[in-house]
Amino acid sequence: MSESKGSAELLIEGVGKRFGDVVALDRVSLRVAKGELLTILGPSGSGKTTLLKVVAGFETPDGGSVKVGGAEITSLPPAKRDIGMVFQNYALFPHLTVKANVAFPLEMRNVGRAEIEKRVSEALAMVELAGYEARLPRQLSGGQQQRVALARAIVFNPRLLLLDEPFGALDRKLRETMQLEVRRLQRRLGLTTIFITHDQEEALVLSDRIAVMNKGAIQQVATTTEIYEHPANDFVADFVGESNIFHGTVSAPGTVALDGGGSVKVTSDKPVGTKVGVLMRPERFGATGANLFAGEVIESVYLGTSFKLRLALEGSRELLVRQPARGTLPAAGSRATVGIEPDAIHVF
Amino acid sequence: MSRRLLIAACALIYFFLMLPLLVVFPISLSSAPYMQFPPPGFSWQWYERYLDDPQWIDATWRSLYIGSGTAVLALALGVPLAFALVRGKFFGRTILDRVALAPIIVPHIIFAVAVYGLFAKLKLIGTWYGLVIGHTVLALPFVVLVIAAGLRDFDRSLEQAAEGLGASRWQTLAKVTLPLLRPSLVSAGLLAFISSFDEVVVALFLAGANMTLPKKMFDNIMMEIDPTIAAVSVMQILLVSVVLVLIGRFGRGLKDSAR
Ligand SMILES: Nc1ncnc2c1ncn2[C@@H]1O[C@H](COP(=O)(O)OP(=O)(O)OP(=O)(O)O)[C@@H](O)[C@H]1O
Ligand SMILES: [Mg+2]
Repeated sequence: MSESKGSAELLIEGVGKRFGDVVALDRVSLRVAKGELLTILGPSGSGKTTLLKVVAGFETPDGGSVKVGGAEITSLPPAKRDIGMVFQNYALFPHLTVKANVAFPLEMRNVGRAEIEKRVSEALAMVELAGYEARLPRQLSGGQQQRVALARAIVFNPRLLLLDEPFGALDRKLRETMQLEVRRLQRRLGLTTIFITHDQEEALVLSDRIAVMNKGAIQQVATTTEIYEHPANDFVADFVGESNIFHGTVSAPGTVALDGGGSVKVTSDKPVGTKVGVLMRPERFGATGANLFAGEVIESVYLGTSFKLRLALEGSRELLVRQPARGTLPAAGSRATVGIEPDAIHVF
Repeated sequence: MSRRLLIAACALIYFFLMLPLLVVFPISLSSAPYMQFPPPGFSWQWYERYLDDPQWIDATWRSLYIGSGTAVLALALGVPLAFALVRGKFFGRTILDRVALAPIIVPHIIFAVAVYGLFAKLKLIGTWYGLVIGHTVLALPFVVLVIAAGLRDFDRSLEQAAEGLGASRWQTLAKVTLPLLRPSLVSAGLLAFISSFDEVVVALFLAGANMTLPKKMFDNIMMEIDPTIAAVSVMQILLVSVVLVLIGRFGRGLKDSAR
């Protein structure tokens, strides 16, 4: 294992990319620490794939730089970057066997025959596909193909591993298995990894940190709990998890006057007069609390472990609430009161 | 009901296409020294006459290697041309796209006359390679059509994957693109071969004393008419059928090349 210098830190600085009028990347900067798994979460068309292609060398950015392990690689051809990539559609070579697919990057690096044999079987064992060497990709299930693609991407000890929505086509059960497998492998190899997804649950399960992207720009980069509990803006609060978002102005220390009337008590120390957003997660509501909301139940759903209620408040506002399923489900049309404590409210 | 009608129509068309063979094949086995249908008796004599006549055998070999030479040259020129037409971004690409198909539109006889004038000056008349060049021009559109269709359907993420895994441009071409294009290459090469093997008009002008099989057949009909020509036809039809079966088995059908 001599030809690769192994896992390294990735530094993206001010990378921009336009396609005609479309700004696919808007001066994106991002740092992924050595051995870290970072997910990029964002809606369709937000520039996730474009960012990955810039890192892998398939797109040339209009500006900015990409550094791996401190060395500038912005203008290096893909073949010279030592980056393992798993494509959304697997991109296995259909005319080559599983073994030849996994051996491909080693052959391109002129690794010796015996060494190739050894490392291919190691990699296949790692993804639990020992015994499948002689099969062709079309003779494998979707999940198995995905694992071959993974083995092929890690067999040459890449400096980075890039995964572009790798599990999009798999069913839920298999996707969960594969998520755990990727996490286990990534930890074991200490591989710096970027994982693209538009599935927020997947992002929460997998990552050390999440970068939320929208319209070609990174909205927030933070740990999973930070993203969920303390989103930086409306977009992040709305995109990750269920949410109630209101806007208002800080009217007194610890109080926000909401734009549609009424006020909430919060623990924020933002100065009086600041325009703020207020996020209340549905599951943080209880029967009582320092802030009470009364309204008519317009929708109520029983979800096994919880009730999901939608309340119509005065001022044509709606509130989404989740409560542990205890007692009877409040009927639609009845009135209900819920409460939330100031420290359960996030102000941004 | 309409399905039956369709089957009946297909059977009729098929019968119509096979009719010449149904006549030619029995005549080739005729015991009579002239074209007579149905033949009065059975004999192998016309096949023997074909196989024993060095002129026929010479012509057959010549057609085989001119056809092979045409296939090789047409691929050598047509494959890069198809790549340029499908993947290139240069001024006049659409015009070139049309020009490449021109030999299909221009009548062979016009082409043959034009090339005759040129080749006479270049002293290429009567050489086998002159004919290979002439046939290559005719075969080129087929090669370009088939390869271009293969390239248009090509999943380019496979090439990106190869490059990302460390392959150079040439390694990607050799290890990924061309192997995956093999069915198209096989079809294109065999089609080029057949188009030359069957070609008579250009051969009449350019071959000179060097007989190709179709030209020899043509001359034979002009001179004497005996069932040898039927035996030769059957051999030729058999060979072309074998090539067509090969295309079906290892190649990519022309049906896939519709845009
Ligand atoms: N080669 C291209 N030519 C023109 N526009 C492009 C090209 N590639 C991407 N775009 C545009 O850039 C934007 C970002 O595309 P990108 O593929 O990065 O999105 P994405 O976040 O990966 O979306 P998805 O989740 O649907 O895969 C889109 O508006 C897209 O239309
Ligand atoms: Mg994408």
